[in-house]
Amino acid sequence: MGRKILFITTDQQRYDTLGVNGGRVASTPVVDALAREGVRYTRCQPTSVVCMPSRASMLTGQYPSTHGAWMNGVALRIDAPSVAAALHDRGYATALVGKAHFEPFLDPFGRYAENALSALGVPTVEQPWFDGRLGVHRGFDSMELATHGVLGPLHYARWFRRTHPEAVGGFYPVLDDDLNVNAAGGGDTGAPQVRYNDVPREWYHTEWVAERTIAWLEGLDPDQDWFCWMSFPDPHHPWDPPAEAARRVDWREVPLPENYPEEREERERLLDAKARHWRLWYDGRVVSNYEAPAHWVPATLTSDQVREVNALNAVEVELIDEAIGRVLSVVAARGWGEQTDVVFTSDHGELQGDFGLLFKGPYHVDGLVRLPLVWRPARSAGVTPAVVSAPVSLVSLAATFLEIAGGERPAWTEGEALPVSDEAVPSDAATVTEWDSDLFGVEVHVRTIVTRSHLYTEYAKGALHDGTEGELYDLADDPLQRVNRFEDRSARAVRAELHERLAGHEARPVERAAPGRLVAPV
Amino acid sequence: MASVRFERRIGAPADRVWALVGDPARIVEWFPGVLEARVEGDRRTLRLATGIEMPERILADDPRTRHFAYRLESDLVRFHLGTIDVFELGPSDTLCVYATTVEPDTMALVIGGATDEALDAIARLSEGGSG
Repeated sequence: MGRKILFITTDQQRYDTLGVNGGRVASTPVVDALAREGVRYTRCQPTSVVCMPSRASMLTGQYPSTHGAWMNGVALRIDAPSVAAALHDRGYATALVGKAHFEPFLDPFGRYAENALSALGVPTVEQPWFDGRLGVHRGFDSMELATHGVLGPLHYARWFRRTHPEAVGGFYPVLDDDLNVNAAGGGDTGAPQVRYNDVPREWYHTEWVAERTIAWLEGLDPDQDWFCWMSFPDPHHPWDPPAEAARRVDWREVPLPENYPEEREERERLLDAKARHWRLWYDGRVVSNYEAPAHWVPATLTSDQVREVNALNAVEVELIDEAIGRVLSVVAARGWGEQTDVVFTSDHGELQGDFGLLFKGPYHVDGLVRLPLVWRPARSAGVTPAVVSAPVSLVSLAATFLEIAGGERPAWTEGEALPVSDEAVPSDAATVTEWDSDLFGVEVHVRTIVTRSHLYTEYAKGALHDGTEGELYDLADDPLQRVNRFEDRSARAVRAELHERLAGHEARPVERAAPGRLVAPV
Repeated sequence: MASVRFERRIGAPADRVWALVGDPARIVEWFPGVLEARVEGDRRTLRLATGIEMPERILADDPRTRHFAYRLESDLVRFHLGTIDVFELGPSDTLCVYATTVEPDTMALVIGGATDEALDAIARLSEGGSG
């Protein structure tokens, strides 16, 4: 009998939302305890700051420019490598419960299996694998799927509409009548994507994900090795948690984020020091990507709206923490407490008021690229608790899971297994985040490298950039990334070195999938 | 309102391509996600893999010009017009053009992605000789 793996992801959760990472709003005792018992990473970076490319990287252990799902709305190719398939081959039972999003959501036809499974009434379907064999869809024996609401064809939404149709209207409508991300304000402050949802807590998707995970675990033989990806849709917008819990954090008492400049002049001065698309978006002149409301102007964001969004975000984070606690209790009760590795992270961050902005986009600063990551190794592995401050990447997750399961690391994984101490990481360690998008004529290409000391971004030529712009931040002197030193002559050598390292990333010798076709906005 | 258009050069006779496109019930063979098609007069109802029932109105099905036109009549769209034209370029050389005009605009990406994939299937079936 080997080590089991409980892989927990949230969606769009910042590093600083966990108590153990210095968060001041949400209470997260369960994940905090995992961090104290295991390895806490203080500089974990996604490969992309939007869902589909980042999640595809977790599954494949590859960068978006390798696996080919280069932006939201581009499906990961059906025969892409999958850590779940590799674990399946090693005898693991495999499940994904909650948000997958390797395939586009806006798919009324059900072209993609994720959107068809629930209506078909089957736990998985047979598909081609990366090595030419046929196997369960992306390596998962069972997929029970959910996203941010109760519309659409996924399992949670269909269950909800069937069993509680009277409560459907309590959820915030994520999309507007034009199928753009909704800008309508709600809550007490009129903040976008906010609503007090009168759905009972036990019907909310966070609870459903935990309950369906428990149901899957309870169906397993006690001696079975297993890999369960429990994937919560929250705290991604909309911020519409159950009203019975929503007031547990009083937004009026929530401190403004450290990186939210209250004075408009200061906000705009900081934005003007960055690449030009920051200010264009803030002023409502360009929405570069689908993931932010098309008809919302960030300059209209008020301090109270920032407080309310952060309060509701914290409530969602707390509900997740409590749900994880229930699942861990079941793991212990099944007798798996000593042999189970628990990994907790998120696919990308959320600006949440930083620089006067919300949501996400091609803005590679800590709000979006610094993630919570906790690995509590199985106690039987005897790993010493540690804090790792070196940069690590979600691209390492697949290799980590395969190392846990034992055996060779397949050639298709680009990341090394996560280190369990700082001493195990070379001093020049670096991680890369990619962004490529081309939606409705707005083309943006961004590459960012993070080292122990710097965060460096280059913008390639596109609709908004001429190919000469960039950002360089000194993480020691400027942890909030307010002083762009890209044009600073005294930082020339650092810039040149990081430019070379990004060029090395672009030129890395890997077998790349052809970039997939854009077939939906998300 | 947004429009998208995709085309394929198919190595098969135009009549064979048209046999697939012009028979409204045969959409199940080539449109992704369509599990069933019920045709009654100018009404076609698709049952999709998501469980959705998609009602359509057939506007034109002309074997002489090899032109097929239809409209989705679903809450998913405020307006939709889909056309498929089959052009004979040679004895075994056909151009198939699939165009969509739709509102809201966002649906152009979604439907366009599906029609592009549909053309792949039409070409594959036609060139395989089963059309």
